[in-house]
Amino acid sequence: MPPANKPDSPEAAWAELMRAGLAGNAAAYRQLLEAIAPRLRKFAVNGLLRSGIGNADAEDVVQEILLAIHLKRQTWMQDQPFLPWLNAIARHKLIDVMRRRGRRAEVPIEGLIEILPDETQAPETSASELNKLVSRLDGKQQTVVSSISLDGHSIKDTAAALGMSEGAVRVAFHRGLKRLAELYREGGAA
Amino acid sequence: MKTDDLIASLTADAPVQQTPPRRAFLIAVIAGVLIAGGAFLMTLGPRHDFMQAIRTLRFDFKFVVTIVLAASALLVARDMARPEVHRSRMRMLLLAAPVLLVIAVALELYTVPQDQWMPRLIGQNMRFCTTMIPLFALGPLALLLWAFRSGAPENPARAGAVAGLIAGGIGAAFYAAHCFDDSPLFVATWYTLAIGLVTGLGAFIGSRLLRW
Repeated sequence: MPPANKPDSPEAAWAELMRAGLAGNAAAYRQLLEAIAPRLRKFAVNGLLRSGIGNADAEDVVQEILLAIHLKRQTWMQDQPFLPWLNAIARHKLIDVMRRRGRRAEVPIEGLIEILPDETQAPETSASELNKLVSRLDGKQQTVVSSISLDGHSIKDTAAALGMSEGAVRVAFHRGLKRLAELYREGGAA
Repeated sequence: MKTDDLIASLTADAPVQQTPPRRAFLIAVIAGVLIAGGAFLMTLGPRHDFMQAIRTLRFDFKFVVTIVLAASALLVARDMARPEVHRSRMRMLLLAAPVLLVIAVALELYTVPQDQWMPRLIGQNMRFCTTMIPLFALGPLALLLWAFRSGAPENPARAGAVAGLIAGGIGAAFYAAHCFDDSPLFVATWYTLAIGLVTGLGAFIGSRLLRW
């Protein structure tokens, strides 16, 4: 039996945020993703450098991992430790990225993502791969995802602007995100 | 797109949640049994001497081994849907059905005269058996692969194969209620072949469908 989350540890805090997020607390969910992103960045940079690819597009990898975390968040068992789950998702996606670039990925299984705070700042540059993939979505999905993800409109505003119901926008948006994850797998924007 | 914008997008999508894998598997197994059972009743139905047959050890054993196979594979599948589980602690359970089968075959060889071995192994319905079991398994297989889609299996082909074992076990359990070939020699040969086909199909589809 893996040890349960220790109370007061950063991991326990993440697990708590994730539980709240799964229960419908959007603010907690966002806080969690924001806390994870810098660690994923370090993980991606290290992983890419180690395999000799160069870390120029590390931010693309971070975004692909975040999307996978989001789409697979229901696979985390809420009574289990959070970090091994997070590591497994990150590792799976990094291996996928390297495979697409023709590299044999060597990613250690344990201890990839550090929970200690670090100084890495979010880069000002925006990653480009996701934009290219959005442009490859089909009609309605592209319109909805562009409106929400690229232009920063809310679901409500998007629904009003497009003359759709909010429910229809939510469905199209979710399908669009799933499709983006597929497009990544099919080889990304390259 | 900046990563902060992506995070904002994912937060906007947060209310849309997929079924957790364990619940998806529960739904898939229940619906799969109903579909396979319905198909069974509409096509073959139980053999006419079913009530007498269930008092015989060989007939009952067919259900024990197929249900043990499906149940053990289901426990493994639930673990495989979790990305952080590299090796399910349940995986040794997959040996249960093969071990039962080996014991049953040994007992059969011990109790039945040698000139009966081949006739019992060949049986009456080997082609029918290897056709109907996969057919009954198709519905459950589709549902179990759907359930796996909500998971994040580390190895998609292996996950598809385990889905095939569950589906094959379900299909075989229904077929067993119709078939007059009760010898473990027959079961070990043709049921294994039929379930193997379903497992291979599951692995093939899984390797494509279950990537994430």
